Amino acid sequence: MTTLDARPVDKFDDNDQKPIGHGRMLRKEDPRFIRGLGKYCDDIQLPGMLHLAILRSPVAHARIVSVDVTAAQAHPKVKAVITGADLAEKGLAWMPTLSNDVQAVLATDKVRFQGQEVAFVVAEDRYAARDALELIDVDYDILAPVIDARTALSADAAVIRDDLEGKTDNHCFDWETGDEAATEAVFAKADVVVKQDIVYPRVHPAPMETCGCVADYERVDGKLTLWTTSQAPHAHRTVYALVSGLPEHKIRVIAPDLGGGFGNKVPIYPGYVCAIVASLVLGKPVKWMEDRSENLVSTGFARDYIMQGEIAATKDGKILAIRTNVLADHGAFNGTAAPVKYPAGFFGVFTGSYDLEAAYCKMTAVYTNKAPGGVAYACSFRITEAVYLVERIVDCLAYELEMDPAELRLKNFIRPEQFPYKSKTGWVYDSGDYATTMRLSMKMAGYDELRREQAEKRARGELMGIGVAFFTEAVGAGPRKDMDILGLGMADGCELRVHPTGKAVVRLSVKTQGQGHETTFAQIVAEEIGIPPADIEVVHGDTDNTPFGLGTYGSRSTPVSGAAAALVARKVRDKARIIASGMLEVSVADLEWTKGSFHVKGDPTSAVTIQDIAMRAHGAGDLPDGIEGGLEAQICYNPENLTYPYGAYICVVDIDPGTAEVKVRRFIAVDDCGTRINPMIIEGQVHGGLTDGVGMALMEMIAFDEEGNCLGGSLMDYLIPTALEVPDWETGFTVTPSPHHPIGAKGIGESATVGSPPAVVNAIVDALKPYGIRHADMPLTPSRVWDAMQGHPTPPV
Amino acid sequence: MQVPAPFEYERATSVDQAIGLLERLGSTARLVAGGHSLLPMMKLRLANFEYLIDINDLHGELGYVTVEPGQVRVGALTRHRELLESAELAEAFPIFRDAEKVIADPVVRNRGTIGGSLCQADPSEDLSAVCTTLDASCVIRGPSGERVVTMDEFYRGPYETAVGEDEILIEIRLPIRPGGSSAYHKVERRAGDWAVVSAGAAVWLEDGVISDARVGLAAVGPNTTGIPAISEALRGSPPSEDLYRRAGEIAAASCDPVTDMRGSAEYKRHLADELTQRALRTAVDRINSGPRSLEES
Ligand SMILES: Cc1cc2nc3c(=O)[nH]c(=O)nc-3n(C[C@H](O)[C@H](O)[C@H](O)COP(=O)(O)OP(=O)(O)OC[C@H]3O[C@@H](n4cnc5c(N)ncnc54)[C@H](O)[C@@H]3O)c2cc1C
Repeated sequence: MTTLDARPVDKFDDNDQKPIGHGRMLRKEDPRFIRGLGKYCDDIQLPGMLHLAILRSPVAHARIVSVDVTAAQAHPKVKAVITGADLAEKGLAWMPTLSNDVQAVLATDKVRFQGQEVAFVVAEDRYAARDALELIDVDYDILAPVIDARTALSADAAVIRDDLEGKTDNHCFDWETGDEAATEAVFAKADVVVKQDIVYPRVHPAPMETCGCVADYERVDGKLTLWTTSQAPHAHRTVYALVSGLPEHKIRVIAPDLGGGFGNKVPIYPGYVCAIVASLVLGKPVKWMEDRSENLVSTGFARDYIMQGEIAATKDGKILAIRTNVLADHGAFNGTAAPVKYPAGFFGVFTGSYDLEAAYCKMTAVYTNKAPGGVAYACSFRITEAVYLVERIVDCLAYELEMDPAELRLKNFIRPEQFPYKSKTGWVYDSGDYATTMRLSMKMAGYDELRREQAEKRARGELMGIGVAFFTEAVGAGPRKDMDILGLGMADGCELRVHPTGKAVVRLSVKTQGQGHETTFAQIVAEEIGIPPADIEVVHGDTDNTPFGLGTYGSRSTPVSGAAAALVARKVRDKARIIASGMLEVSVADLEWTKGSFHVKGDPTSAVTIQDIAMRAHGAGDLPDGIEGGLEAQICYNPENLTYPYGAYICVVDIDPGTAEVKVRRFIAVDDCGTRINPMIIEGQVHGGLTDGVGMALMEMIAFDEEGNCLGGSLMDYLIPTALEVPDWETGFTVTPSPHHPIGAKGIGESATVGSPPAVVNAIVDALKPYGIRHADMPLTPSRVWDAMQGHPTPPV
Repeated sequence: MQVPAPFEYERATSVDQAIGLLERLGSTARLVAGGHSLLPMMKLRLANFEYLIDINDLHGELGYVTVEPGQVRVGALTRHRELLESAELAEAFPIFRDAEKVIADPVVRNRGTIGGSLCQADPSEDLSAVCTTLDASCVIRGPSGERVVTMDEFYRGPYETAVGEDEILIEIRLPIRPGGSSAYHKVERRAGDWAVVSAGAAVWLEDGVISDARVGLAAVGPNTTGIPAISEALRGSPPSEDLYRRAGEIAAASCDPVTDMRGSAEYKRHLADELTQRALRTAVDRINSGPRSLEES
């Protein structure tokens, strides 16, 4: 029982250092957010705008016998009622998912999960639209649902996807990586083999702002404008063009301020398509905003991996190989957002931060009568699952070997001189010095002192646990030779224009959902051309006003778009140098750049500032031969590799032996994301991710009953953590730049979400050591911890 | 945004006018106090009423904590926050502050009322357990006047009370007896969540011997009534760990929890035991250490 008065008073850091470039500065977007002046989708009001509400299936699996909309159509404020059959006539009843599956926009034949879209109403206001839903009469013929992924492939399971030609089971895909035979050989000779079943339950990103859009089709010029909750406006525009047949230049997708995304706003949801159809049909702007329950029940979930991990080691703790078998629950449609060649996302990095002899993973994915998605929660392209698996199984090994878990990790890290390091599953880790980061976290934690305290407490019957986790992420998708989504390469564009007075505008293809792009990207440009961040406007989220690119998810903005921003600024600087040489009447080679100005070598007083150069570039005077007026550039950046940020996390918990309540007492997070652009923003990302991780470890889960009813349909049922469940975060950092990124930066957005769940769970399991417990599955609610203490830890599904 | 079905809304100007409206509109109308139980159900369309009668303007009349010799009177519209902040209430019954600290969150506590809490009659409701523990009685007013009922009589079952369709809960009366103290312990999955289980205890000592004791549990079964067997087991003995254990066993044996997302029935039964012991222990410690330490605990 924590109350606010029990919380430590916060430290105050000087976050406003007004850097011209990298460094701590307050976020440029915050004045509007903290004044409540952000402009979100639901704030969009257009003249004559109508409101759309969606009728959803109350059951998980049923054949639709009939849909009667007459009463709804008779409602005085209703403008249209559309069913799956109506969409089928237009060829719009189905749409592609991001994983080359199809998904029903509105159900025509069957409903396949509770909450699936069945029909929609468009009315004069949102109340009437919602009221009219109750006037639609759907007759369902209930079918047996498939809820437990473990039974999805049994012979008597109902076939969910009978819409797919020739489909006779619920198999979605098989995938493998690594070398099965080589791994088997290593396991055969190992002194120690530890095997553990590990479940990563289904969770939900639960952004505070739910999904929605305003579709406005102008009949006269044939242009559709869509304000929408999208993390990837350009990718969405292309998909809409392909699905709807509207020409791409006649579609403008605008993502206004987003109230969180966490991967939830990567997919295209049926509701967006419904709103577009409604606007096309009615010629009026149409708004659709889902409510909280709709968001939790129907939109992209994350995780839902049932994993079996195996680790092989020598008896003195040298890890030799890791092998895993995964059953992946993809719900009713495969809506995973992942590059096409990676159906399991980047789960292949389950080898973690360790130098192994062999590794192998075999995965089977199945369809179940649950919501589709599998995107993401801080999507990380499934690295969250991979890191959880390896960091749990390494702890299981430490348990069996009776070794300290930090020591075991230190013994097995990939060593600095091994970078770039090619893992046994083919991933090329760019740079790292893991032991240094690990040792720093141990020092900050006072690791040895904590272990002494724990020993004393154990002797007194108190339960204290220390959890260690070390993660390596693979972010910044990705090189176009390997990665695409629906055929779109994962490169990102950037445009920079310096105005005559030396102010600038930079246009990005990525889209912030809270990460602080308006600040970070201004700083990246500022660092390169010396214009203060306050003088640089960042434009994003509008396909008519930004260059093409694949958007923000999987921590890819800084690794990909950030590189583009730095390079486009360098391109502008190169042109500025030529103009400066004309202004100073010296050769280009005789100029030296100090941030913000060029001066003649050896004569610092002969100098021109970037602002002077901007005015000259737009002015009336002569420019050097062959140089056009203006000061701007554009680029499309194709990353050479992913970046591999990493971190060492230590969590300290206390458990009440009488009630099994877990208190996270301390959490030490040392992150290495290479070059740090704005440390305050990095810390903010880490704080959020750690909170998220504590939530997943302790309370979050989208559960279903046997009939397939979703038990997490409100924030009273689906718990997310509050400030009272988390300690005062202790963050630290090391800096190991990425060798291939132009400014050495790596991603940070998801590091903490990836790294913290195993740290918390490892701490809880460590606390329960006196009970002989080696593993317990998330979410570790008091009841589930107590079950473990009674000797029967149970999987959550 | 979740939107309720259409309804008509009226602000009550006096208790009697509100009763008049209820009498006229019958089961199609509902009072709204803090709205933190009623409105979520209406937004989810689990409950639809044609009329809402808002009694918040009656806060002047029905929002108070009055300490008198022998009893404390609490107006039905007194808000959680007022209960939490009342030093007089905490001095007479520390159990109130214990409970209010862990009921919901500040936003809910600023609006939610004790009357709404009791009338909602949710088996997980904390103030019901508190009032049961304290042997409260409830003053109900209707067209034909006022009547006073005990907590046992007040609760008819989950979400069902003795308050009729045309009646209003006006006041909760809490008897003060000398030599006593009280405490509340709750386990929740997360701050602001409803109880997995909670237990309240009130103990009275005379010359080092328990003259009376009461325990109230929340979230472990359909009824929120006290457990007389515990009172019987404790009366006449000096407080001891053995005695608490016995009380805990009785609590575990006499409740009827179900397995749900908050926890397994087995775990909840264990908590009924554990939290009963803790609440009794705290209450006795508070008697022994005197009223001065109340503020700190
Ligand atoms: C997020 C959240 C968390 C919560 N957590 C907890 C918790 O941890 N513990 C807990 O105990 N409660 C919790 N609650 C419930 C909260 O305490 C409510 O405020 C309370 O249950 C109802 O009080 P109210 O004044 O809001 O009643 P309302 O919602 O206004 O009314 C509830 C019912 O009582 C009736 N009613 C109200 N006043 C009277 C009256 N004077 N006479 C007759 N009938 C009346 C109404 O008609 C209605 O049927 C939580 C609520 C929320 C929203």
